[in-house]
Amino acid sequence: MCSGRIDLEFILKAFLNGQDGVFVGGCKLDECNYITHGNYDALSNVHLCKKIMQHIGLNPERLRIEFMSGADGDLLAEYTDDFTKNVKELGPLGKSEGLDEEELKLKLEAVRKLVPYIKLVERERLRVPVKSEEEYEKFFESDETNRLIEELITDKLSVSEMLSLLSKKPLSTGEISNILDLNPSKVAKHISDSSRQGLIKYDESGNCYALA
Amino acid sequence: MTYPDQFNQEISDNKAVHVFFSQAIPLVAYIDESCLYLKEGKCDICRGVCQADAIDFRQTSKKREISVGAIILAAGIEPFDPKVNPEYGYGKLQNVVTSMDYERLLSSTGPYEGEVLRGSDKKHPQKIAWISCVGSRRVTEGENSYCSGVCCTYTQKQLILTKGHDEGVDCTVFHNDIRSHGKDFERYFERAEELPGTRFIRSYVSIVGENPETKNVIVRYSTFDDGVKEEEFDMVVLAVGLNPPAEFKELADKFQIELNTHGFNKTNDANPIATTRPGIFVSGAFQGPTDIPEAVFTASGAGTQCGEFLDYRRGNLATERIYPEERDVSQEEPRIGVFVCHCGANISSVVNVPSAVEYALSLPNVVYAQEQLFSCATNSAQEITELAKEKGLNRVVLAACSPRTLEPLFRDTLREAGLNQYYCEMANIREHCSWVHAKQKDEATQKAKDLIRMSVARTRHLEPLQEFDLDVNPTALVVGGGIAGMTCALSIANQGHEVQLVEKAKDLGGMARRLYTTLEGMDVQTYLNDLIAQVYSNPLIHVSHEATITDVAGYVGNFTTTLESEGRIKEIKHGASVLAIGADVYQPCEYLYGENDKVLTHLELGEEIAKGEESIVKAESLVMIQCVGCRNEERNYCSRVCCSHAIKNALKLKELNPEMSIYVLFRDMRTYGLKEDFYRDAAEKGVTFIRYETDDKPVVEAVKAGGKDILRVTVLDPVLGKKLELDADVVSLAAAVIPAATTHEIAKMFKVTLSPDDFFKEAHVKLKPVEFAADGVYLCGTAHYPKHIQESINQAYGAAGRVLTLLSNDTVTASGAVCEVNEDDCISCGACITACTYNAIEFVETAKGRKARVNPVLCKGDGLCNAKCPTNAIVLKHFTDEELISQIDAATTKEEIMQQIDAAV
Repeated sequence: MCSGRIDLEFILKAFLNGQDGVFVGGCKLDECNYITHGNYDALSNVHLCKKIMQHIGLNPERLRIEFMSGADGDLLAEYTDDFTKNVKELGPLGKSEGLDEEELKLKLEAVRKLVPYIKLVERERLRVPVKSEEEYEKFFESDETNRLIEELITDKLSVSEMLSLLSKKPLSTGEISNILDLNPSKVAKHISDSSRQGLIKYDESGNCYALA
Repeated sequence: MTYPDQFNQEISDNKAVHVFFSQAIPLVAYIDESCLYLKEGKCDICRGVCQADAIDFRQTSKKREISVGAIILAAGIEPFDPKVNPEYGYGKLQNVVTSMDYERLLSSTGPYEGEVLRGSDKKHPQKIAWISCVGSRRVTEGENSYCSGVCCTYTQKQLILTKGHDEGVDCTVFHNDIRSHGKDFERYFERAEELPGTRFIRSYVSIVGENPETKNVIVRYSTFDDGVKEEEFDMVVLAVGLNPPAEFKELADKFQIELNTHGFNKTNDANPIATTRPGIFVSGAFQGPTDIPEAVFTASGAGTQCGEFLDYRRGNLATERIYPEERDVSQEEPRIGVFVCHCGANISSVVNVPSAVEYALSLPNVVYAQEQLFSCATNSAQEITELAKEKGLNRVVLAACSPRTLEPLFRDTLREAGLNQYYCEMANIREHCSWVHAKQKDEATQKAKDLIRMSVARTRHLEPLQEFDLDVNPTALVVGGGIAGMTCALSIANQGHEVQLVEKAKDLGGMARRLYTTLEGMDVQTYLNDLIAQVYSNPLIHVSHEATITDVAGYVGNFTTTLESEGRIKEIKHGASVLAIGADVYQPCEYLYGENDKVLTHLELGEEIAKGEESIVKAESLVMIQCVGCRNEERNYCSRVCCSHAIKNALKLKELNPEMSIYVLFRDMRTYGLKEDFYRDAAEKGVTFIRYETDDKPVVEAVKAGGKDILRVTVLDPVLGKKLELDADVVSLAAAVIPAATTHEIAKMFKVTLSPDDFFKEAHVKLKPVEFAADGVYLCGTAHYPKHIQESINQAYGAAGRVLTLLSNDTVTASGAVCEVNEDDCISCGACITACTYNAIEFVETAKGRKARVNPVLCKGDGLCNAKCPTNAIVLKHFTDEELISQIDAATTKEEIMQQIDAAV
């Protein structure tokens, strides 16, 4: 099994379970044990996941990837100690970021539901042309990538969050906007798009929206 | 009664009835000669208490006669005994130990369970010195003139381990040269050297005595800067060399083979595995001081040479292993057995094993748990098999060590119990727990429980998987027609297998075409021509010249390689591939090379000497500069052969023209092993050796002096402490050995990997030195790492041995942990197909439309496709989402989640 096998879902699942930090360890870059260089895919996943974490209000420092060889036991110990120290300083998941538990769960669940879609986006639009750690860093820091992520993922995520919310009980536009901390015009747009796709319906009696 | 424990270097005690050491095979107790009953007929207590009635004092040694067709002598090696030279103080000063003693002190099964303690006061030494070359590179009576070849690097290993035990320990290594000539050793040396609190001091040393109060050892040494100094150390480790055991002599007499003056096998350069008597072979250190990889490939090489003798009887004595029929338990509720291993004291000295066992019993579906001293021991494995049957277990978790080494054994144990081998799971509570948390016993026990809980969770979801047999094509493909490739091809062909030998040049021979003698004096061209003649006259070897490989398809046992040779396209079907593509020589851009025709490489110098070129052999003065193009930032490795190469050329020139002044400018002279004698010889014949530092490299200028064009070499002499100007007629450069230009291309086609320096990367640097991680592909010669001709020949035989192990079977087994597509979920997006660099997945037209399908024999089980698939249609078996997520879920216990919630409220 290669570090490239680490599914986005695995990382999200760990956070959903309340882990305060997730560490991904891979073989040294450019020294693939297979011929796949899948550790670059792990790197890409981690970058992407950090973006998403930032977006939902989680400190991206809670996720870390490091590369080392089988002989680098000392490095693993060093990274682990350092990461543990950092995560301890960050404090408990969500709480230190000012997210209440329900809200955090909702957001993480929403991301988890989007994983298949994110995989497609990653494949179509977020491929880094050059395999080097710096290039990956540059790519994921670039305005162009940030815009793409915003465009391709953010809205979907809001919709996913909204649907998760509505699955619990019907809510009004204002309530949705409040809970998700989203401006009302955005909420209106998501509601109209989702209604058109037949995902939600307007509940006249309660003057609110519910899952269709 | 206790006696000094021989395995622990007599530092601690043991009893007359004991197990030799904790991983001994077989792991059974025996009685040694310290037994009172055997010595004096007294005691006899053990016989009374042994309920199994296993002790029988009437046993005597028996003579047996065995008829064999060939013999391999692999009698091993002994550490040098420093007592032969009283100056070392060994046995007299309590805090002077040998490196072998120190090795035991560092070991968790050692005399103090891994604690390094001084002999005098049982305290942890805080300041340790290693003295290199004890018993080696010395002509004093009782010591060895040769270099033992392994001590520099094992000293660095001990230093790194010491720092791992306690980083505050001050470590000093006294040495005469750092010989990091092995693969990746240069980087290893740098790693040791860069550790804080570490000194590497180049100096001869003597042990003056000890401080009578502290028992600290006083060492005298000298440096160019500070002159002679004395310094106290808490402990001194003598880096003892390797000695041929006394039994070599006895064996040699018995088997009527000749030994050399050092007491090792009298080596034939053309076949270092052979002895002077046909049918008798040697492997490992019988050839001379040897590191582990060489010992491993010469063992395989000795095997293949026996095969050449005895191939007609192959398999006659083999019996097929029969496993009980596999029980279908897939419909049963999981009944998990957990075995927690003490690993001697490796685990149990840190982790509370009984508590882990008790915890395991509380986990869902665990119906049985127990502890074992060594789960890997034969009797423990048997116990697991029996208990699995008795308790109706259908899944087994081993909480022990890394699955890397022992998983195959435990899988086999399950098969013996009639269970599918993929129902075996390992929780690594040694490398991942006890070894790293030695000082936090409670936390380590908790972590071991966490790891066990996660493994149990995963085990509940494991599925039975089937491995399958693939037919093996008995033909071998050997890429590269140099010495390594030809030697390997001949050995395979001599055992009845067809060999396709592919050479990119017009002629066979490779780099050896440019070599004329070895340091030991073999006539390389005569040898080479004979080898080529053997290849051409062997009816089973088919040579393709001027060949370029264009495509390699298939998998272990069934490769198809396409190549263009002399204008024709050939398609070759073969079961195994050997990559012996050799190496190139660096083209220097320094020291006026290429600008001045009197600046040559050592290789060119050798050719000129062989031609008898007057301007060279009649030169008045010649300067050699070592380490050109390697041991630098760009190529951080030692080319291994250049020091001996320099000595060879120097000795040859001294023979032809004794008046010639020859200077060798070096960084470390690395004439390891028996080659050290030639270095000494060169020094005695007047060759001058001057060491230079990389921050003050020699400078070569073309100048006119006394009316003739000469080369002026300026170098700082560290002994005299001033710059020397050497006027030379010829300058010869030790140009690095670099990976062959085609390495990347070949690696890509055969799907094999490269080391950081772009040489081929073997499957395991010590234990699998001729195999790639890719099944069915092998390597030998300088494509693996620079090496001498004899070493290439050794390794070529070694590779042939591994090839035969594959090709002599009709079938080969492929792993069951591969990917599979659930076609109903496949949306034919192709994400998996682009992700798979093994080309193991392709689209097929099905009744339900276009679907991805995996060819399981090409799949290597990396699982990248699984992570890419948006619908989870493609699944890596044995590492499914369900299995892995269950492990992630089990990482947090319910109690922990509750605690977190409480804390958050």
